[in-house]
Amino acid sequence: MTAADASALPLPGRDGFAGAFYEACRSGELRFQRCSACGAWRHVPRALCAACGSPAFTWTPSSGRGRVFTYTIVTRAMHPGFAARVPYAPAVIELEEGVRILSEVVDCPVEELRIDLPVVVVFQEVAEGVTLPKFRRAVPAGAGREAGG
Amino acid sequence: MRGGACIVGVGETAYTRDVARAPTALGLQLEASLAALEDAGLARADVDAILPFPNLVSAEELAANLGCPELRFATTHHVGGAAPVASLGTAALAVSAGAADCVLLPAGWAGYSGRRTRQIVAQDVASIPGGAIARDYYLPHGLTAPLQWYALLARRHMHEFGTRPEQLGAVALAMRRHAQRNPRAVMHGRPLSMEDYLASPMLSDPYRLLDCCLETDGGAAVVVTSAERARDLRRPPVAVLGAACGQPDPADEITGRADLFRTGLSSAAPRAFAAAGVRPADADFAQIYDCFTFELLQQLEECGFCKRGEGGAFVEGGRIELGGELPVNTHGGLLSEAHVLGMSHVVEAVRQLRGEAGERQVAGAELGVVTGWGDFGDGSIAILGRSA
Repeated sequence: MTAADASALPLPGRDGFAGAFYEACRSGELRFQRCSACGAWRHVPRALCAACGSPAFTWTPSSGRGRVFTYTIVTRAMHPGFAARVPYAPAVIELEEGVRILSEVVDCPVEELRIDLPVVVVFQEVAEGVTLPKFRRAVPAGAGREAGG
Repeated sequence: MRGGACIVGVGETAYTRDVARAPTALGLQLEASLAALEDAGLARADVDAILPFPNLVSAEELAANLGCPELRFATTHHVGGAAPVASLGTAALAVSAGAADCVLLPAGWAGYSGRRTRQIVAQDVASIPGGAIARDYYLPHGLTAPLQWYALLARRHMHEFGTRPEQLGAVALAMRRHAQRNPRAVMHGRPLSMEDYLASPMLSDPYRLLDCCLETDGGAAVVVTSAERARDLRRPPVAVLGAACGQPDPADEITGRADLFRTGLSSAAPRAFAAAGVRPADADFAQIYDCFTFELLQQLEECGFCKRGEGGAFVEGGRIELGGELPVNTHGGLLSEAHVLGMSHVVEAVRQLRGEAGERQVAGAELGVVTGWGDFGDGSIAILGRSA
């Protein structure tokens, strides 16, 4: 990837809820909002709990373990920041806590990606001070399909 | 709502992909609006309400150019491609409530020679559905365009229900076959085989190039007035029998939905059918917003034309083609006629119900359904009927 491509990479906001979410990622933790009143987990971050209406929450650590819920394999980039990355596969990961997050399974060739693949979070610094949560296979390649459930 | 308001005029521009012509959204919408007013036999000054498509041209600008001295009702539904059909429902409400007499609904854009969709999503984050959510949680991972959002839905549907690529292809082929009977269609004269479909380049698996709607320049407009006034006008009126719009939950985020397939239409369709007092099986045709092949299939399910998971089988074997049990997008749709932001689906429905659709006419068409789909799955639907 050239420097020009990297500079075109879209980056998340650095303030508000996104700032707090990505600050945890920077320190190597995947944290989601958890409602202090009813205990519901949520992502994306919001001001109120959609389940009970409470504004009270804590940024609670996730186990980081989940499964691929769905994905798409991008073979023609629709944004210049990703032109050098194709093929890549934006994937929705469902965490053990029940929340889903849009991310990517790294270190997994796109043709080996499948729904229900068990994954675990890893962190990637993509720009100075910006760390994204990504995922890798929970069971290394070649360890057997049965582990995938 | 039944019988309270009617569509009395429809108009279109040519649908083109000609960069040299370089039209503007305003110019296209004005041209289509004048054609719709002419079709209705109404004067420009009769227009007292304009419901414009979001983020392109304002009602004020349209009124000033058309010479509408008494604009008294104007509003916009910010639901992307679901806006024209959502606005049709609002136009019917406004007329029924006496808030307006003559409502103009224009849409149109330079979708090919102007800024293309991929440029809009790359350069104008604020215009993307979800806004800051998309910026903060989708774009950094390379999920940047509608093609990719909806491919996530298509993939999950294939996983849960066994929907196959050839079934998405059946949608593309049906739209292209209809376009061969529509001289206005950009893809007129360019038939398509399943082999062509399967060989088209993969863009965002499972979506190939030929799963995607066209990018085109064009405008379309309709005029709505009361049933009473419609009786004196030039054309047979088409009644708005029921209309509704709805949003997914949550509406501003796509990945966290408890039910990924429950989109705006899932709640809107039953309300619209109830308002009209008819069932999906009563429809003689449907014009379904076909931004991508799977979205058409999914809307057929959520409208109740078939059960969820059965859409793949429903679109096969010519059942959604002219002569089939439910002809869908008799004009060729966004996939093969042109992308006119959903308004061309309304225009085609009116032509069918007037019996003006030429060699693509559905014989004896009396009841039709039109849908809109926008943003992360906002939905709209109108049930239209030939007036007695």
